[in-house]
Amino acid sequence: MARNIQSLERAAAMLRLLAGGERRLGLSDIASSLGLAKGTAHGILRTLQHEGFVEQDDTSGRYQLGAELLRLGTTYLDVHELRARALVWTDDLARSSGESVHLGVLHQQGVLIVHHVFRPDDSRQVLEIGAMQPLHSTALGKVLAAYDPVAHSEVLEGERKAFTERTVCAATDFEGVLDITRARGYAADVEETWEGVASIAAPIHDRRRMPVGAVGVTGAVERLCRDGELRPELIAAVRDCARAVSRDLGAGRF
Amino acid sequence: MTDAHTAGPFIAAIDQGTTSSRCIVFDRDGRIVSVDQKEHEQIFPKPGWVEHNATEIWTNVQEVVAGAIEKAGITRDDIKAIGITNQRETTLLWDKNTGEPVHNAIVWQDTRTDALCKELGRNVGQDRFRRETGLPLASYFAGPKARWLLDNVEGLRERAEAGDILFGTMDTWVIWNLTGGVNGGHHVTDVTNASRTLLMNLHTLQWDEKIAESIGVPLSMLPEIRSSAEVYGEITGGKLGDLLGGIPVASALGDQQAALFGQTCFAEGEAKSTYGTGTFMLMNTGEKIINSYSGLLTTVGYRIGDDKPVYALEGSIAVTGSLVQWMRDQMGLISTAAEIETLALSVEDNGGAYFVPAFSGLFAPYWRSDARGVIAGLTRYVTKAHLARAVLEATAWQTREITDAMTKDSGVELAALKVDGGMTSNNLLMQTLSDFLDAPVVRPMVAETTCLGAAYAAGLAVGFWTSTDDLRANWRRAAEWTPRMDADIRDREYKSWLKAVERTMGWLEDEN
Repeated sequence: MARNIQSLERAAAMLRLLAGGERRLGLSDIASSLGLAKGTAHGILRTLQHEGFVEQDDTSGRYQLGAELLRLGTTYLDVHELRARALVWTDDLARSSGESVHLGVLHQQGVLIVHHVFRPDDSRQVLEIGAMQPLHSTALGKVLAAYDPVAHSEVLEGERKAFTERTVCAATDFEGVLDITRARGYAADVEETWEGVASIAAPIHDRRRMPVGAVGVTGAVERLCRDGELRPELIAAVRDCARAVSRDLGAGRF
Repeated sequence: MTDAHTAGPFIAAIDQGTTSSRCIVFDRDGRIVSVDQKEHEQIFPKPGWVEHNATEIWTNVQEVVAGAIEKAGITRDDIKAIGITNQRETTLLWDKNTGEPVHNAIVWQDTRTDALCKELGRNVGQDRFRRETGLPLASYFAGPKARWLLDNVEGLRERAEAGDILFGTMDTWVIWNLTGGVNGGHHVTDVTNASRTLLMNLHTLQWDEKIAESIGVPLSMLPEIRSSAEVYGEITGGKLGDLLGGIPVASALGDQQAALFGQTCFAEGEAKSTYGTGTFMLMNTGEKIINSYSGLLTTVGYRIGDDKPVYALEGSIAVTGSLVQWMRDQMGLISTAAEIETLALSVEDNGGAYFVPAFSGLFAPYWRSDARGVIAGLTRYVTKAHLARAVLEATAWQTREITDAMTKDSGVELAALKVDGGMTSNNLLMQTLSDFLDAPVVRPMVAETTCLGAAYAAGLAVGFWTSTDDLRANWRRAAEWTPRMDADIRDREYKSWLKAVERTMGWLEDEN
């Protein structure tokens, strides 16, 4: 068995120490209990504090367990909460882009559409909330597969069907697409799922920087692309929207 | 792609609401450019009494206007007009020489005038002034609140009779201050706010001398009644005068009427419903003043400049969003309001349970103060998820009862319902609403319809927009739910709901 990482072992010991007996401990108590130099103990405590696992009392300077530990057991974000937070931003994205907007989360082996804003052109449209989209070919799905490890394993283990000539199916090619997605911060689908339809999507993160969903615009390829390229102002609008929703969920600026 | 908020000009709108004051700057497409908001204190001197500090409110209004302008990064030259929408019926009296309120504002929810209203009904009852004003004698409305202040603030009646005291709802207070206050501020209100005082005659759109005398409010302290969209004056003096001096103050609408306007319900039969803590539904009835025999209110929808006034029927539901909050805070069955949908979706139906949240009696169309809340149809089978369904269905059925009353009074069938407010993010509720109404439910792209309505009216007054057709062109459908429920299931469920409603009545025995 490989050697364990010493600083993680020390961090775990600190959490156990703070969990038992006296609730609040000073830096010197913690350092001496664990036989550490104060500087070493302080470095670990500061890291734990930054992650929210430890909190420091403002007046006494003593340490206690952080609220983040309580949240570990119940971490999932309610999708209806996600929709409520996304509402104004997705409305604005639809208005500024002139295209329909979808918000998707991972559900089983696909993307579950949890919010849909119509294209603002007064045409007859049907609400697609509750519909499923494929993970490997849509922009929403690629974003989820690129950022969420569970979605990633689902898409690699599942069948990747060729919907059009442009669908990327082979595992290595698909991994390449995900690498590009992570590098650029958004995913695209130009006629890989439906002929004549393109979409652009970007990831939504929560306050723990966990990927909780994807938001994107979908529309006719002629409108989303110019000279064979996705229009950069649309990409910017989608990413702005994803960042705004993430901020609303408490994620820091990035 | 229309670019994000590029160049002006813009219209600003102030929303002086029950819990906060806000200012939003809109562009020509009706898109939000910037928002600023500040809450004010809710003062509860006794059970049932609710007051606001009007000086605090005016300070906040100035701050949020300055804040929104700053956030938008624009100057006075970019703003063509400013409009106002406000919490309705909240009543203030102030000294016109000092600009100082003589008492806190009495908020619409305040029930201190219950006994006074009963007394004013004399042998006729609460409908004594309904034919002229469209309203029942109830503690919400402004006239009796003003009378209470005159009776209870020492020396006030003498000062009022000497002509030193001004009356106003919050639109009047904000406009008077914006246009100069003690230095020549304009003392005006608009027809929609005036229609909530119990003092205005709906037919003449003027103060009704006889009713004012009966209620005991001197005509001399009442503001001039103007249309909802015209230039009342210009921003003058004070902090805002430096920042925005000269900008026309060009609209005033009560909040629910502003939402009707913002939803562009300009044609007879068009209706909007705003889903918040409670729910307010208004239907445009055109130039017709429709007397309600089903417990609805008759009110002015809006009046643009010298055009003919447009009237509306109004129905309100006391408990909608607050029932979800109750499930969260008092019952602890959910941890956020949005989770009610998750819980409700974990079952197929209500499991036979019906929840009538008559927490403070039944409102329209029943008006029964002796009713209290009931959960009916309980069996061992019912889970908290079924109750979550019943909670959402309660909002939908109560909307159905109001639309039925509107159809009965007006003879106009509801073609589609335009919705706004926080609860419209609840997809299951919106689908249920469409199922129960058997009509499409439509959500517009701008959620801030109240502020938007005030901005629209101000923009029309100064020619920023030329017609209501211009405004209709701005309206965008964000989502539409269409009915999916079988008629026989709907009928059966409605019958069960009505049975549950019946069981709430007469719970309190000492009321009549």
